Amino acid sequence: MTAQQTITAEADAKPQDATMTGAEILVRALIDQGVEVIFGYPGGAVLPIYDALFAEPRLRHVLVRHEQGATHAAEGYARSTGKPGVVLVTSGPGATNAVTGIVDALMDSIPLIVITGQVATHLIGTDAFQECDTIGITRPCTKHNYLVKSVEELPRIVHEAFHIATSGRPGPVVIDMPKDVQFAAGIYKGPKEVEFAHGYHPRTKAEPSRIAEAVAMIAQARRPILYTGGGVINSGPRAAELLRKFAEMTGAPVTSTLMGLGAFPASDPKWLGMVGMHGSFESNNAMHDCDVMIAVGARFDDRVTGRLDAFAPTSRKIHIDIDASSIGKNVRTDIALVGDAGSVLEDLIAAWEARKLSMDQAAIAEWWRQIETWRARDSFRYRKDDKLIQPQHAIQRLYELTRGKDVYITTEVGQHQMWAAQFFHFDEPNRWMTSGGLGTMGYGLPAAVGVQIAHPNSLVIDIAGDASVQMTMQEMSTAIQHDLPIKIFILNNEWMGMVRQWQQLLHGERYSHSYSSSLPDFVKMADAFGCVGLRADHPDELDDKIREMISVNRPVLFDCRVTKLENCFPMIPSGKAHNEMIMAEEARDLGSIIDDAGKRLV
Amino acid sequence: MPDPQPASVYDLDHAVEAENLATYAVLVDNEPGVLHRLVGLFAARGYNIESLTVAETDRRAHTSRVTIVTRGTLQVLAQIEAQLEKMVSTRHVQDVTRDPNGVQRELALIKVRGSGPDRVEALRVADIFRAKVIDTTQESFVFELTGASSKIDKFVDLMRPLGLVELSRTGVLSITRGAEAM
Repeated sequence: MTAQQTITAEADAKPQDATMTGAEILVRALIDQGVEVIFGYPGGAVLPIYDALFAEPRLRHVLVRHEQGATHAAEGYARSTGKPGVVLVTSGPGATNAVTGIVDALMDSIPLIVITGQVATHLIGTDAFQECDTIGITRPCTKHNYLVKSVEELPRIVHEAFHIATSGRPGPVVIDMPKDVQFAAGIYKGPKEVEFAHGYHPRTKAEPSRIAEAVAMIAQARRPILYTGGGVINSGPRAAELLRKFAEMTGAPVTSTLMGLGAFPASDPKWLGMVGMHGSFESNNAMHDCDVMIAVGARFDDRVTGRLDAFAPTSRKIHIDIDASSIGKNVRTDIALVGDAGSVLEDLIAAWEARKLSMDQAAIAEWWRQIETWRARDSFRYRKDDKLIQPQHAIQRLYELTRGKDVYITTEVGQHQMWAAQFFHFDEPNRWMTSGGLGTMGYGLPAAVGVQIAHPNSLVIDIAGDASVQMTMQEMSTAIQHDLPIKIFILNNEWMGMVRQWQQLLHGERYSHSYSSSLPDFVKMADAFGCVGLRADHPDELDDKIREMISVNRPVLFDCRVTKLENCFPMIPSGKAHNEMIMAEEARDLGSIIDDAGKRLV
Repeated sequence: MPDPQPASVYDLDHAVEAENLATYAVLVDNEPGVLHRLVGLFAARGYNIESLTVAETDRRAHTSRVTIVTRGTLQVLAQIEAQLEKMVSTRHVQDVTRDPNGVQRELALIKVRGSGPDRVEALRVADIFRAKVIDTTQESFVFELTGASSKIDKFVDLMRPLGLVELSRTGVLSITRGAEAM
């Protein structure tokens, strides 16, 4: 806090019913909602709010370098703490720059409150300077949004926004605040004093009759599988505990979506690894051959299901989801359990115990024998190289050298993200931050900023690619300004690796615009930003450099030069089923494996 | 018997499955942009809107009633209903089509121009359909007709050869029979 701020820090001395400005009301509401950090960028239409922040020592403002960075940082903060992330940006370009992160949060169900400035109400619709239709633009990319038309409705809107963002299926809520409303005098009301305007009551508890049906179905299963997702993590640590208990009770193997990694401990023998396009051979085959699938907070995304008409063809499916519209959207479900993952798991366990149910142990043992034969394929195996660093090896070493440490991982999007999901293992929820649904390159670096803000003494690593990292590189400066010792571990293969892989496998090796020519010298760039730059070219120096990165208590940009043409395997080719995975050693002639219909898919 | 799964989510081509018409009555908070929210949901997810009617129905509770007629396979219709219910501004969604007590009505204003026997025939048909004449000139009528959409379609078909020049329809409104409210 500056001396000036200390002198003016008297906002909290005001009695609650006194008249305040809209900006002060907003700040007060944020504090009452338990907000400690705001990620933001000032501008003309939010100056009154910044003025109120100037005199407010209880809110830490993290100045980013681009509004997209603010939203991803808030996502990282939210995902690693379970608390909502708060973003403050100005009107016009401030709001439009934030849109990518808002959609990202919507797709991955991350609670965000995004406060956007707006031109004064009498100027709305006049094409005023830095005016845009923020509400119109963000309507389809938020869970809900508000234009604050008068200071009277402001306290209600802010408290309601937090309730909506954090309850049910979490998501981003935008509050668009015209500048005159920020100046207008009004009376503050606390969270308990306002009356919500919407009849919004998300259902969290599943119907008991459905719970009974579900446990009966599970008890008859001979080849059960737990397919878990981000919903378990959003539900909170209790849901992750209950998931362990449930898996223990039934003996069922557990797999997870990209978003759900960490909800079930990777060190548990029942863990099969990630499911889906680049998931493990054992998890995909177990999904394909199971007879009862229990989906917990997962939404049957196309990256998980592959070919829908061949998806788990012999299974009956129980789908637990807090969002009723996720059930039956892509895959037909036999039993729908609409509710919070934790609450439903609790009810399932209680019903199981009350009925003294048990699984057919012989059948389960046989199921595990089958799974172990799949596991023996060692599907993440890769070719070792003693001259060049293999990207998988780099992540494996990163994992092993950080094992036992208090570590949080964020990623960008692409090959490195899949390798991180395959080779970095998590035993706890909230440790893994990645852009799953939207697949936003540039997510990881600012997300790491947000995570490090929330966990200042933890080791926060952004596993990045050389292309992705350049999308939000400017946030290095944010890390420096706020003393955030984030580590950016770049798997540098000089290509947009996943694009190159698809071009190789599906587009006749025509590498159209996927080579990153004119890459910056990342070490020099680190230097220019005031970070520590490290480079590893050879497998022999990798471990020492990683150790150095970990020990430095400053932001580090690690340029890990890896083999250029490594592909990410195993892979369910487009248009194929879970049991038609191709392994690294079979990958020579993929053009003949994927048919024309498959090539049209994304 | 469940329908077979499509090959891929990208092939969610429902043309092969039978499509049904469905009418939903949606009670929403009457706030700025709520209609855009609802229409945007349909546009973003590629659902059809066959007709849409909206007006504030309870000023004190700030609620509007939207009646929306859409078309889709059973799976798509279930999605539409779930998506409508998911909107924060939604208070209640009712599937009028599946409700045996559901009543659907539409109002149409129909302008017919003609003379001689056609004019006499138009008036005679209007009488059969219990359409009201709300305006007349020496060479035209404006009829007001209320009823199920199919009845209005039929009337319009009959008017076409008799000199139909303009048609205005409200889209479907709905309510349920009996004493219970939605």
